[in-house]
Amino acid sequence: MANVLTEQQAQALSERALRLINADGAQVRVVSRDAGHLRVGANQITTGGTHADVTVELTARLGSREATVQVNQSTQDELARAAARAVDAARLAPENPELMPFPTPEPAPAVQAEFASTANLDADSRVRTATAIIERAEAVDMVGAAFFTHDVTSTAVANTAGLFRYHRASRAALSTTMRTADGRGSGWAGSTHNDADRLESVAALADRAIGKAVGSQNAQPIAPGRYTVVLERAAVAPLIQRWAAALDARAAAEGRSAMARPDGGSAIGETLAADGLTVVSDPTDAEVLGRPFTDDGVPLHRTVWLRNGILEHLSATRYWAAQHGMDPLPYDGDLIVTGTEQSLESLVATVERGLLVTRLWYIREVDRRTLTVTGLTRDGTFLIENGRIVRGVANLRFNQSIVALLRQVRAVGPSERTLATGSGDAGPAIVVPPLVVSDFQFTSASDAV
Amino acid sequence: MSSVTRRDFVAQTTGAAAATALPGRARAAVPMQDAEAYAKQLCMLALDAAQGAGADYADARVVMTRRQVVRTRDDRVERVTDAEDQGFAVRVLVDGAWGFIGSPTVLRREAFRLARLAVEQARITAASQRSRVRLAPAPATPDGEWQSPVTIDPFSVGIEDKADLLLRSNSAALRAGGQFVESGIECARMETTFASTDGTLLHQVQYRTYPTMTITAVASDGSRFARRSSAEVAPMGLGYEHVQQADLPGRAASWADEAVAQLSAPSVAAGTYDLILHPSNLFLVIHETLGHSTELDRAMGFEAGYAGTSFLAPPSAMLNRFRFGPEFMNVQGDRTQHGGLATVGWDDEGIPADSWPIVRDGVFVDYQTTREQAGWISEYTGIDRSHGCAHASSWRYPPFQRMPNVSLLPGEEEHSLDDIVSATDRGLLIVGRGSYSIDQQRYNFQFGGQACYEIRNGQRVGQVRDVAFQGRTPEFWNALDMLGGTKTYELGGTLYDGKGQPGQLNAVSHGCPVARFKGINVLNTGA
Repeated sequence: MANVLTEQQAQALSERALRLINADGAQVRVVSRDAGHLRVGANQITTGGTHADVTVELTARLGSREATVQVNQSTQDELARAAARAVDAARLAPENPELMPFPTPEPAPAVQAEFASTANLDADSRVRTATAIIERAEAVDMVGAAFFTHDVTSTAVANTAGLFRYHRASRAALSTTMRTADGRGSGWAGSTHNDADRLESVAALADRAIGKAVGSQNAQPIAPGRYTVVLERAAVAPLIQRWAAALDARAAAEGRSAMARPDGGSAIGETLAADGLTVVSDPTDAEVLGRPFTDDGVPLHRTVWLRNGILEHLSATRYWAAQHGMDPLPYDGDLIVTGTEQSLESLVATVERGLLVTRLWYIREVDRRTLTVTGLTRDGTFLIENGRIVRGVANLRFNQSIVALLRQVRAVGPSERTLATGSGDAGPAIVVPPLVVSDFQFTSASDAV
Repeated sequence: MSSVTRRDFVAQTTGAAAATALPGRARAAVPMQDAEAYAKQLCMLALDAAQGAGADYADARVVMTRRQVVRTRDDRVERVTDAEDQGFAVRVLVDGAWGFIGSPTVLRREAFRLARLAVEQARITAASQRSRVRLAPAPATPDGEWQSPVTIDPFSVGIEDKADLLLRSNSAALRAGGQFVESGIECARMETTFASTDGTLLHQVQYRTYPTMTITAVASDGSRFARRSSAEVAPMGLGYEHVQQADLPGRAASWADEAVAQLSAPSVAAGTYDLILHPSNLFLVIHETLGHSTELDRAMGFEAGYAGTSFLAPPSAMLNRFRFGPEFMNVQGDRTQHGGLATVGWDDEGIPADSWPIVRDGVFVDYQTTREQAGWISEYTGIDRSHGCAHASSWRYPPFQRMPNVSLLPGEEEHSLDDIVSATDRGLLIVGRGSYSIDQQRYNFQFGGQACYEIRNGQRVGQVRDVAFQGRTPEFWNALDMLGGTKTYELGGTLYDGKGQPGQLNAVSHGCPVARFKGINVLNTGA
């Protein structure tokens, strides 16, 4: 079983640390993590390992001065020294007029997010998984890479206003990249969930990646330009995450975000996306199972950001909300885009001529005003003609406004929990559908496979 | 910031805890021989235990890091954080397979436990290992000691002084027309004690400092905003003297002026231009196109799952054959460069810092290597030792191949920036890193900048906005036609280069002169 602090242990440690901070107010966060991983490259196990760690973050507040010290040692001596350093640093820090009182206790949702299936993973199970992927690759003359990572993390936060919260979650992620032996085809597949039993099976995952690699072998270049695209979930997720990161009331009011409108206005109430697109954060959703409170312990409830294409809310810190007569509305990274029953195959069938995109790579902001990003397709890009995938095409660079993309959504598929990170780490939970988007802008061809 | 007094230190190290735990945090404040001796003892215990459990090779690292960040926004301090992290890692080879385990518990009993677990893990892996790891020979360093060249320990400077410098900088930027300013100073100290069964025992301390600011100007009607960062100021492997010399308070107004000017600057006409890249922009192009493509693990397919592979593959077809650029192009891998972020005494396998050619007279001649990798290409390079490119971002993870400082050497002629501008009929001068993206084999890239000036008939005629350039690495470097001299040479760098699974960060510098590239495709990103 995972070696992380229980609620009682975390509470005892938090309270012990709080008592050591000799200040007007204090907050303590305790994050305890037990993690394991194994990596495969070129059909070999390359690196693997485990670590368990407890991090204690102590925040001291003197009037409106504040400082935070973090340590990964929890002996009484270490905590006392860290507490003293936090108080010393707070004394020397300039005043911060934006400091808000520490959050007080109020009801927060409870989320059962830890699964024995994940907590019980060990070196043997990691090697079994890796070996199964290698054998699958070798059987069809592929060169396989894979990453299997899992952890159990408990997070506790306590403050001198009487708040204490604790949450415990497990996460697992498995991904594989299969390349043809001649290096001319590449495919990727990934899966993540809190419950390791809910990961896609090793065989299915490997076969999905192998299918992409075979299909994209000998891909031919295609002219850059505007195409209708079917974006698979792994391609949709990072774009939605970037869009959601722009949902900040302060940046909008200050005129420096895609959600800003002249004279301090915002896009709330505007139609920002095709009808039918709804974007929600909800830590209690069975496919999300997020931590139901923020880093400082404020409860996270279900929030509808976009409803049927219309922007309903922007997130607001407690300071900004107090200054502007709003309710604070935190955003913590977990997202759900509601889907439909329409399968990926039926989405492809709606496209007369376009491209199927497996996933995206190296996405970077180009223009914050329009949320234009650049990046490339990777690990399986295919030409669709008359509703059917006809061949692989060489990868392409895109320069595309996400704001415009959401307006150009033509069809939505079924939503599922998606591995959205390029690194294969689990990342924040995101549940998204595949999307059909018209006029997606590709600006140049890439030789990369 | 408080400092631990000698009395505190003595109390901590002579009490019951001293018998078991690594003492002391504020290591700059007191002599740390006792703590270092203790860490060395733990490493040696772990090596003995690993060999006793059957390891063919073992190394052990005790790593302590401290990272302090002071961040401000406009006229207020937003956040002051000071994080310490310490841990102990043991890595072993058994029957040619790696085992690794890290722990935050820096105790004698942990040395035995970690060694045993690492060997167990290696045995499990060895059972399904397809090919055995073979390490290149390493010189023994029985008593190594090294520290970054620091004049002022950044942790000896108080938080109030750091905040004051930043708030003065912000004030200057706001007075000059910036509407919003964010700034920060980040300081880090990494202390490593390392031992290996090849007879190495060493201790080294790296420092990093990074002052930054970003200024936003907003059009009066709110229709547009523009940002300018302090992109010419690089993070460095130096002390607080770097923060002082960066002079944010003195330069903030000019950066704010440029942000304001961008609001009314014309949008660039897309097309082909001769690009003059300032070192503050070119360093990142070097990082992405040259630094990553010459990593041997990528070329061999070991990074296919995340960072990607490389167009410089296979090594047999590329080494000494691939023309990267013109004959006056010389690129060096280097872990010795003064102030470089990847500058060390030894890498995380105990290999002494090296300096070697990667591109010589325009031809690709060598990769970045670790002990495990050196033998993979020695028949083509004639070099059977590691270039010392192993790095782990913490005790939590095993070391693997990471980028050293990779630098483009200046030209033999002492061309200045003005000389190159004067010699350019239709061009763009790009300063500072902006948006950046490159494919997983390091062919197709797109870069932006912080400030871009149009050049016509040898004259700078003013800023243009919405600029990004795209290219393909081999053609781009072969379009290099003018290099600045040594006086234009500067180090740029990044603290946050990600690679590996789990993702690990690496800090790396790239030196380069001003350089000109002919006929590069420029996009208008606002179109």
